[in-house]
Amino acid sequence: MTVLHSAPKIASNEGVLDTLTKALGDKLVAGKEEYGEIVLTIARDRIEDAMRQLRDEHEYQQLMEIAGVDYPSRPERFEVVYMLLSVTRNHRLLVKVTAAENTPVPTVTTLWPVAGWLEREVFDLYGVIFAGNHDLRRILTDYGFEGHPFRKDFPLTGYVELRYSEEDKRVVYEPVQLAQDLRSFDFMSPWEGADYLLPGDEKAPAAPPPAPPPPPAAPKVETPKTTDKPADTGGDAKANEAAADKQSAGAPAAKDGGKAPEAPAPTESKPARKPRAKKTPEGS
Amino acid sequence: MSVQLEASPTTGDEVISNYTINFGPQHPAAHGVLRLVLELDGEIIERVDPHVGLLHRGTEKLIEHKTYLQALPYFDRLDYCSPLAMEHSYVLAIEKLLNLEVPLRAQYLRVLFAELTRICNHMLNIGSHVMDVGAMTPNLWLFEIREDCLNFFERASGARMHSAWYRPGGVHQDVPLKLLTDIADWLDTRLPRLFEDAMSLVVDNRIFKQRNVDIAIVSKEDALKWGFSGPMIRGSGIPWDLRKSQPYDVYDRMDFEIPVGTRGDCYDRFMVRVEEVRQSAKIMKQCLAEMPNGPIASLDRKVVPPKRGEMKQSMEALIHHFKLYTEGFHVPAGEVYVATESPKGEFGVYLVADGTNKPYRCKIRPTAFSHLQAMDFMCKGHMLPDVTAIIGAIDVVFGECDR
Repeated sequence: MTVLHSAPKIASNEGVLDTLTKALGDKLVAGKEEYGEIVLTIARDRIEDAMRQLRDEHEYQQLMEIAGVDYPSRPERFEVVYMLLSVTRNHRLLVKVTAAENTPVPTVTTLWPVAGWLEREVFDLYGVIFAGNHDLRRILTDYGFEGHPFRKDFPLTGYVELRYSEEDKRVVYEPVQLAQDLRSFDFMSPWEGADYLLPGDEKAPAAPPPAPPPPPAAPKVETPKTTDKPADTGGDAKANEAAADKQSAGAPAAKDGGKAPEAPAPTESKPARKPRAKKTPEGS
Repeated sequence: MSVQLEASPTTGDEVISNYTINFGPQHPAAHGVLRLVLELDGEIIERVDPHVGLLHRGTEKLIEHKTYLQALPYFDRLDYCSPLAMEHSYVLAIEKLLNLEVPLRAQYLRVLFAELTRICNHMLNIGSHVMDVGAMTPNLWLFEIREDCLNFFERASGARMHSAWYRPGGVHQDVPLKLLTDIADWLDTRLPRLFEDAMSLVVDNRIFKQRNVDIAIVSKEDALKWGFSGPMIRGSGIPWDLRKSQPYDVYDRMDFEIPVGTRGDCYDRFMVRVEEVRQSAKIMKQCLAEMPNGPIASLDRKVVPPKRGEMKQSMEALIHHFKLYTEGFHVPAGEVYVATESPKGEFGVYLVADGTNKPYRCKIRPTAFSHLQAMDFMCKGHMLPDVTAIIGAIDVVFGECDR
């Protein structure tokens, strides 16, 4: 595909995926190149080794960001995405691991100290545990916050709201009460087969499909399905009569025996006006 | 709080203990709602624990519930000192997923205004950094320039700060010719006069140097390890600028220099920003000289809505307008990470699309997050008043840090 966009141009991806696939060996689960991004999926428990190898042998010196993504439909619902940057080779790499709520991801704070806060953020917002990060406190949410707000099953409005209470002279937390429902428009066309599923529902063990009920014996229907005759419409005799009279009522009967109306008498021309009395200067 | 016992010749049997103070979240030198828990030994800083997130608004979650176009104005509100630079990463990420071509004039306009944003941002940062360490006058002069910049934004987009002017596929509307000539005049006359006057008071000032030289020295290795970018990494002597190394829009046509520091202290970071203002002016002049005529947004009507005038004439345009402003455009499923050089450093957007009209996930890579994290090792061993100089040289804005 020819590149038309004007997004940042990094060094060529050519051959990078093959080289890294060979170098990472069995640590690599999957690798792909899409939209000009090289995405490597690494086995979760080997992530630290793989990252060390990428940093030391392949010159990806900087860890710019760690992003969490939640896919509730997958058995391991979270993805942790590491953005690596090489300032010498001028190249970027996305490295991924998958995780569930109860499967810790080995920390990379041993390789980059910057990972400390980045992992804290993913923990705070998604609840992914990073084994070996000694400072895994919440970072972006409020002191004493409960839950992991960026999960797809966490409502956009949250569960509590806070306000200053004049009686208590302090900020109080209360359950969210919305005066109006959040408006979320559904642009999925029902004709394109919208599938309304709440996130996470599909993971619930599918109920065994109910045994198909025995097909009821189709009752013999006597009444025809079409109305071919006026008698089939179900109306009474009078209605049938009216329906049979297909012609609409004629024009109102002419009074004088159907003679065509004559043209109206031509309008007489107005009598000419008297000429205006000439104004005289002294007449004013 | 650790209690430290030591036999001191001056205090005799007195017990000396470290004490912890709370800096912020409401403090004029904190540049926003930053809370620092400082552990001090006398006036020497032993440990810093920055508490961020007091301005967390859940922008990324909100974006997941908006269409691609509706999500754009959230980016203005991230780093509210350089709004257009924030939009730049986002529109480029969408264009990368759509593989959408942007007309040349739109690319020039974007680069022109991105550099104006850089000047605007640096005016605020240089001014407040100088004021944090005790000078008043330069800040007032630099705010004059900032006011000019905001007036230019207003004339281009209608809004002084939250422009929402970049769009996927180009920019929202064309600029009048008079605005371009006024910017050119301003670059030739008013900007150099005010800026160089203000800088002549600061850069060689003895007090300013005493407060900044050799404060918070960061080596090249540390800058890489701590994920530094922008003026922070250049201050440490690494000539790394995404506009040069990974050019986007028409930066590859521009001729400009990348200033780097030699010692990696607060003074170097400050001087890198000062020189960047001059280089930005140089880029803007080239943009104004080379900018071609032509469309200011892609003509792909499945992404860019038609203008109102066209809508009154054409049924097709009316349908596109309606569809694009209600349902919005659909972006093919995929994921990209696009980072641009914002005035503060690498500002990245990791966009995961699932083929619908809303982003599945939009991770924003703030610049200040990793810089603030390094506060602990940068402040260690320095005096309490140096904290303000260090924060000033980081150039932190909490709208972006906390998202």
